[in-house]
Amino acid sequence: MQFGIFSVSDITRDPVSGETPSEAERIDAIVRIAEKAEEVGLDVFAIGEHHNPPFFSSAPSTLLSHIAAKTQNLIVSTATTLITTNDPVRIAEEYAMLQHLSKGRMDLMLGRGNTAPVYPWFGADIRQSLPLALENYNLLHRLWREDVVDWEGKFRTPLQGFTSTPRPLDDLPPFVWHGSIRTPEIAEQAAFYGDGFFANNIFWPKEHYMRLIKFYRQRYAHYGHGTEKQAIVGLGGQAYIAKRSQDALNEFRPYFNEAPVYGHGPRMEDFMEQTPLSVGSPQEVIDKTLTFREHFGDYQRQMFLMDHAGLPLKMVLNQLDLLGEEVVPVLRKEMEARQDPETAKPPTHAGRVKDKYGDGPARQPRPNANRGDNVTGGSPYQDVR
Amino acid sequence: MGQNFQLVVVSAGTSDPSSTRLLADRVAGRVTTLAGKRAQTVGTSVIELRELASEIANALVSNHIGPKLQKAIATLQHADAIVASTPVYKAGASGLFTSFFQILDNDLLIAKPVVLAATAGTARHALVVDDQMRGLFAYLRTVVVPTALFASTEDWQDNGLNKRIDRAALELVALMTSGFEKTVRDESWGSYQHEYGSAGGTELTIDLDSDLMRLAAGGASS
Repeated sequence: MQFGIFSVSDITRDPVSGETPSEAERIDAIVRIAEKAEEVGLDVFAIGEHHNPPFFSSAPSTLLSHIAAKTQNLIVSTATTLITTNDPVRIAEEYAMLQHLSKGRMDLMLGRGNTAPVYPWFGADIRQSLPLALENYNLLHRLWREDVVDWEGKFRTPLQGFTSTPRPLDDLPPFVWHGSIRTPEIAEQAAFYGDGFFANNIFWPKEHYMRLIKFYRQRYAHYGHGTEKQAIVGLGGQAYIAKRSQDALNEFRPYFNEAPVYGHGPRMEDFMEQTPLSVGSPQEVIDKTLTFREHFGDYQRQMFLMDHAGLPLKMVLNQLDLLGEEVVPVLRKEMEARQDPETAKPPTHAGRVKDKYGDGPARQPRPNANRGDNVTGGSPYQDVR
Repeated sequence: MGQNFQLVVVSAGTSDPSSTRLLADRVAGRVTTLAGKRAQTVGTSVIELRELASEIANALVSNHIGPKLQKAIATLQHADAIVASTPVYKAGASGLFTSFFQILDNDLLIAKPVVLAATAGTARHALVVDDQMRGLFAYLRTVVVPTALFASTEDWQDNGLNKRIDRAALELVALMTSGFEKTVRDESWGSYQHEYGSAGGTELTIDLDSDLMRLAAGGASS
């Protein structure tokens, strides 16, 4: 089981101090938060992608490559990478580069994005969001698996003899999660390719996510990637932890009440009862998180949202101490003890290299000298005739 | 053997009792009597929107559907007919009333027969039901009976109101017992627009044979 944190990259006014961090301060803070995630023993750090204020994360692969350089074991990921407004060719190139620089300590999660004005800024149309996402991923999937791609679709300029460089590290495409909360087509695509499926598990009652995860598992088995139990599922969640539960409630309440999405709405206690939010002692957070597997089946990755709604850096770092020292070690032990033995291992580069090559050497593509095009002649790589 | 029908009263009245609720109850009473004459029984449940006010506000601003709201949605999902009644404020239906119906999934009430009713302090509001409320219920693709009910202060002492209640109740019974909703839903449900999880969480059909599903499974765009 992998545990980690994911950030939306919001720059939100701290409702207690009244201060809004500058972009520079928040960007420095996120790097510190990611380093801290590794220090306290978490496995994954993931960042969202936004192209409008008050968010900072417009260039996630740049940020993640910096974080990867400053850490040793942490897997860097996204939550989510926009498969609609990004050119799949650029995603293929940027994330293959990140994969090399991080030595395989990366994966990515794809999502559509639901901010209508963003689409036209990148020449896209939100009304076409779903077919755009599906077609773009079909292309991305090929770009990482075929050295030379000829391709024609509805949305993008056709490709003739295109090679996405660098080829993935060890010629093993980055692992992909597909994030969705209500779109069966996305679950179907994740299942078709044998990729992971991620449910953000933040806003809605659990029943909402259970249906799609079940559908994904059935289709994963249908496409022959393994049994339903072997499908790769990730879940989000959010928590605020303090040694005493009353302190947790008191400390988090002003942030909850003014949180950008659900603030000025439901009472925190009602939201805790009706959604996966836990606010309380380490034991209370552990107990609630342990119930997730009962509803969704055994899963591979649990992410927590910890740095949103204007929480100042100091509080976030303190949260990470409690998460890493008092919550995750217990969860790791308890979840692994309860897990069905058939459950798949969480995706890592080393594990996936072994699955692909066994004990043999991984492919290391070496290009031939430049000949100006990939359309005439043979492969651009030396090991393929 | 008569059938048993579920009638749901939705009232946005604010006092207890309110004239808005009273008007709706009188319709419900007549519906029960008229159905009884046809050897059919009617069970009535009531959704008092004032009790849901904070959950309705929460749902509007944060999409979060609270437990009381969920129960109300389930009640409407199983309704065979609806009486929807609201006070009129400032030349429009109460914001509580419109907010509640705006939160519902677009396909929750398809083909359900509805009586619309409104109360007001002055007859100047009389066209609110036909001019404004009908549009909302047309959008929700309900079947609103021809007679709109409106009661301003003076109407409560006019026997004309009773006659209109009788008319509206009979129209509702005729639609409810005709099997209109069942026919539409059984034979044409798929031709309306749905989202996964809509119709109050009950619409869970997944068409694996659609263009988008073929695209999801590696196919080409159509």
